[in-house]
Amino acid sequence: MNARRTLVTTARVLAQLRGDHRTIGLMLVVPCVLVGLLAWIYDGTPVFDHIGAALLGVFPFVVMFVVTSVATLRERSSGTLERLLASPMGKGDFMLGYALAFGVMAVVQAVLATAFAVYVCGLDVAGPLWQLVCVAVLDAVLGTALGLLASGFARTEFQAVQFMPAFILPQFLLCGLLVARDGLPDVLRWVSDVLPLSYAVDAMKSVTASAAEGADVGQDASVIAAWIVVSLVLGSLTLRRRTA
Amino acid sequence: MMNDVAVEMEHLRVVRGSRVVLPDLSVTIPAGQVVGLLGPSGSGKSTLIRSIVGVQVVESGLVRVLGQEAGSPALRSRIGYVTQSPSVYDDLSVRANVRYFARIVGADDTAAEDAIDAVDLRDHAGQLVGRLSGGQRSRVSLAAALAGDPELLVLDEPTVGLDPVLRRDLWGLFGRLAGQGRSLVVSSHVMDEASRCDRLILLREGEVLADATLDELLARTGAHDADSAFLALIDRAAQAAR
Ligand SMILES: Nc1ncnc2c1ncn2[C@@H]1O[C@H](COP(=O)(O)OP(=O)(O)OP(=O)(O)O)[C@@H](O)[C@H]1O
Ligand SMILES: [Mg+2]
Repeated sequence: MNARRTLVTTARVLAQLRGDHRTIGLMLVVPCVLVGLLAWIYDGTPVFDHIGAALLGVFPFVVMFVVTSVATLRERSSGTLERLLASPMGKGDFMLGYALAFGVMAVVQAVLATAFAVYVCGLDVAGPLWQLVCVAVLDAVLGTALGLLASGFARTEFQAVQFMPAFILPQFLLCGLLVARDGLPDVLRWVSDVLPLSYAVDAMKSVTASAAEGADVGQDASVIAAWIVVSLVLGSLTLRRRTA
Repeated sequence: MMNDVAVEMEHLRVVRGSRVVLPDLSVTIPAGQVVGLLGPSGSGKSTLIRSIVGVQVVESGLVRVLGQEAGSPALRSRIGYVTQSPSVYDDLSVRANVRYFARIVGADDTAAEDAIDAVDLRDHAGQLVGRLSGGQRSRVSLAAALAGDPELLVLDEPTVGLDPVLRRDLWGLFGRLAGQGRSLVVSSHVMDEASRCDRLILLREGEVLADATLDELLARTGAHDADSAFLALIDRAAQAAR
């Protein structure tokens, strides 16, 4: 691992994003639009207060997953990955470089979406706002890490896009948004106990529900962090210096 | 002495998919020279180059590069590798690309600018690579490898699609680099580039048909240029097989 190579890679990924105004726009605006849509749908009911925050955790996760898995796949198919892996670049430098770059994007995205939800849509948050933002950023980085991992298994762009429904939708169904996790059949509940998005949503719910800077959020956050580390490590194992 | 040898391969065997691409290849590439790797399409040039760089899974055999086993970490900053299709970022400028790859190997921005000059892209330095012509993109890819000032440059068809003037300039550059003690392995299937190489390795169906200087080749075959020398060697090999 080498800090310079990691940061140089982060800067390069951000420079690529900076040139792509439409992608930046989509990353920042889409979560706000979706939150706004949801607030409108449930106008006059308490439902938005109930699930609004949880969705603030889900959107950055999904967006970052898709963006990251496509970006890394592009790196593979353009030959730049082969070139980098023939250079002194460490696999960890590469993964971390990407995670940091998208982490920066995630901070901007989370601040915007949270501000929009709270100040424009009137989302009630009992806990401190900074915690909400932190959890949203953590969720986004989780999306990046899983996206890096997933792209290791995709050989074509078509496959990469299919990983969205394959990796994300099951987690979405089981994360406690549709049916509270306690109400799931036993087997499904066990599965949801393992999946990272469940903790992303749990953490968000704890922040909105209670004013105490409780250990609840901390516990969920550490599970998410563990998932991030594991995905980055597994993801870097899918990078092969030698290929057939 | 070890320093006279850039690359040493013994009984290298590479299988890609179900195809035996290099059955049993042994060759020594001297240091400080421009060595041309010539052969028809599909003869295994890129596979051989990938084996030198250490990105090819090899089945058996030995590849030693600059005194170390191919692919070992210490070699990675000493080798400059240019893939056959340009491997650069389309959504970054020429300058941003070259600087990035330079920084990875610890070279500074001045080295990057020099490399851009060396491939004659000064006028396009600020332009997005995606908006360049094919030949210009491959020169960006070359500049990215030059910037690190590596001891060994491994170039897979770097002059494809370039006009005669540019090709002359680049071969001139390769010659100067070799004069400074750098080693170069340059693949090509344009036989008239053979005259720019200090030494030639002719490859056919994964086997070394000849490993000699151009003069030796011409003398051996009685041909007048690399093209006919190569054809003569192929005919001989076919006859011998019969
Ligand atoms: N990824 C791959 N998987 C399986 N077989 C491959 C792969 N890449 C190349 N081959 C096979 O290996 C053989 C040699 O390919 P290689 O790319 O080394 O040839 P080359 O001499 O560089 O050709 P060209 O001049 O067209 O670039 C070919 O028969 C090709 O079909
Ligand atoms: Mg080739």
